[in-house]
Amino acid sequence: MNLTVRDLAVARGGVPVLEGLSFSLAPGRALVLRGPNGSGKTTLLRTIAGLQPAFAGEIEGAGERIAYAAHSDGLKSMLTVTENLRFWAQVFAQSDIDPALDAFDLRGLEDRMAGTLSAGQKRRLGLARLMVTGRPVWVLDEPTVSLDTASVARFAEAVRGHLAAGGSALLATHIDLGLDEAEALDVTPFKAAPRVSLEDEAFL
Amino acid sequence: MSIWEYANPVKFIRTTDRILPWVSVAAVLCLVTGLVWGYFFTPDDYRQGSTVKIIYLHVPAALMAINAWIMMLVTSLIWIIRRHHVSALAARAAAPVGATFTVIALATGALWGQPMWGTWWAWDPRLTSFLILFLFYLGYMALWSAIENDDTAADLTSILCLVGSVFALLSRYAVLFWNQGLHQGASLSLDKEENVADVFWYPLLVCIAGFVLLFVALVFLRTQTEIRARRSRALLAREGRT
Amino acid sequence: MIALLLRDLRLAVRAGGGFGLGLAFFLIVTVLIPFGVGPETGLLSRIAPGVLWIGALLACLLSLDRIFALDWEDGSLDLLATAPLPMEGIVTIKALAHWITTGLPLVLAAPALGVLLSLPPSGYLWVLVSLALGTPALSVIGTFGAALTVGLKRGGLLLSILVLPLYVPTLIFGAEVARRGAEGLAVQTPLLMLAGISFGTLALLPFASAAVLRINLR
Repeated sequence: MNLTVRDLAVARGGVPVLEGLSFSLAPGRALVLRGPNGSGKTTLLRTIAGLQPAFAGEIEGAGERIAYAAHSDGLKSMLTVTENLRFWAQVFAQSDIDPALDAFDLRGLEDRMAGTLSAGQKRRLGLARLMVTGRPVWVLDEPTVSLDTASVARFAEAVRGHLAAGGSALLATHIDLGLDEAEALDVTPFKAAPRVSLEDEAFL
Repeated sequence: MSIWEYANPVKFIRTTDRILPWVSVAAVLCLVTGLVWGYFFTPDDYRQGSTVKIIYLHVPAALMAINAWIMMLVTSLIWIIRRHHVSALAARAAAPVGATFTVIALATGALWGQPMWGTWWAWDPRLTSFLILFLFYLGYMALWSAIENDDTAADLTSILCLVGSVFALLSRYAVLFWNQGLHQGASLSLDKEENVADVFWYPLLVCIAGFVLLFVALVFLRTQTEIRARRSRALLAREGRT
Repeated sequence: MIALLLRDLRLAVRAGGGFGLGLAFFLIVTVLIPFGVGPETGLLSRIAPGVLWIGALLACLLSLDRIFALDWEDGSLDLLATAPLPMEGIVTIKALAHWITTGLPLVLAAPALGVLLSLPPSGYLWVLVSLALGTPALSVIGTFGAALTVGLKRGGLLLSILVLPLYVPTLIFGAEVARRGAEGLAVQTPLLMLAGISFGTLALLPFASAAVLRINLR
């Protein structure tokens, strides 16, 4: 099943930031969103993840198929790496966390408290969470922040594995992950025309 | 033509602009007539003396303190169901007015209680209920002012108003159970034999009408102010963006 | 759902403060009361049920803002919202975790603190029963308040202003059960009302809390 977006408009604080956006993401493919800061990538990803309502347009094949990861990883510093990961696995009714530990090179850190990890290690743990959701569509907002070159390569490898297994990924990132399966989509042309927010519009 | 047309901010302002002067004049007339009549042209009560005259302020204020909350409940429901901005703003506009009426009811009650019960304050169920109602008004207004995004604030305060109404009702029964109280029964009711005498009753009715009109006028005025404030912000936002 | 409960409990144990803080506050309030009203045993034993209820209520209030604040800050709340859990379930579990970490210790500590206030012997059972029945309502109502103020800077004071009026019916019936029990009077009516409030809020309020949380996450 594809993730399909038709004529989508998304709004931040009631003000449309992107409009007229359409794309389709097939299993095994990745789509990289590009655009300067403030162009609405985060808002678009949050909307597709179902965290905020779409301003206009349709989204198909999202909902319960989305695994979302943003700037905050939702890690608990007083839980160990394993406990953090196992918690999310249980929430998503999965049991096996070993592949995730392997894929993101978290072996040897299993019993460390998440609070004692370095920024890059925390980020890797946050991304490992994606693998224990068992969901096919990864929606990732700047996933490579605070990752070093080796970790970026490892992350790209994990994404490649996910795509090979029939999953798909929608990413907002500035780094070239070297994914053959990826297409790029520049969101700049879809910048919404300047206008007042919907709330304010009622008063004009 | 539907009543929802008045939910349009522009239409609301235009209509209330026409009505407002009349309502205001009528409110002043009723209040002056009712209070002068009540205070200077009614006899003293044979038991309570001249202190009874506080009812011309106390009863209408208490009545409107409750009705203002009920009005907020209705407008909150309209906002939740139909999402008319004017409705949410009217609820916001009514809250301080209702809170003020609650304070008037409490203060006049205390003034009357001192000579009659020998105390400024007693933990009587009615007095206590009004104190609790005042706390609900405070919480409602505090939530409105704490949230920056207007629509979010309207959503959250509406739900608080619904939940608060249920708990206010519960508190009323709890307080009744907790202390049987000194307060006399309702002074006004249509089906009861025992009622205030006609000579006090007519000026009281005029005062109540005055308070109702005053409430309507204040809410119209304050809602207009809220709408204009939102409008000016919207205009500024448009200027800034284009 | 169970996983969320277990995680919250584990965090409360490890981070400290969870179990201990409310309990310490309860103890301090109870100790301060005799300093305020005087050490006379007759007076203390008369006000003991009410003081224990007020102390428990304030101790409960103290920890409300932690229900969602930490999950909000580290992004867990966003991630939970995209997880296959109903929001109503999440807020109910959060309320339950709050009760286990705050309400339950208060219930268990109340009889011990009753000794300090010379609670009459007949009162211990009813203080325990009324708190056991009433504190879940305090947690559920508090969760609603916490959901309203999540993400607000300086939400703590606002939270108290919003929640305290909502606590009035629970406090009245709860303290009434404890007082009547201590004085050897019939407790049936307030006990039923207290149970009604607890079960009623538990059944209905999570819907309001979930709606409010969704609005705040938007």
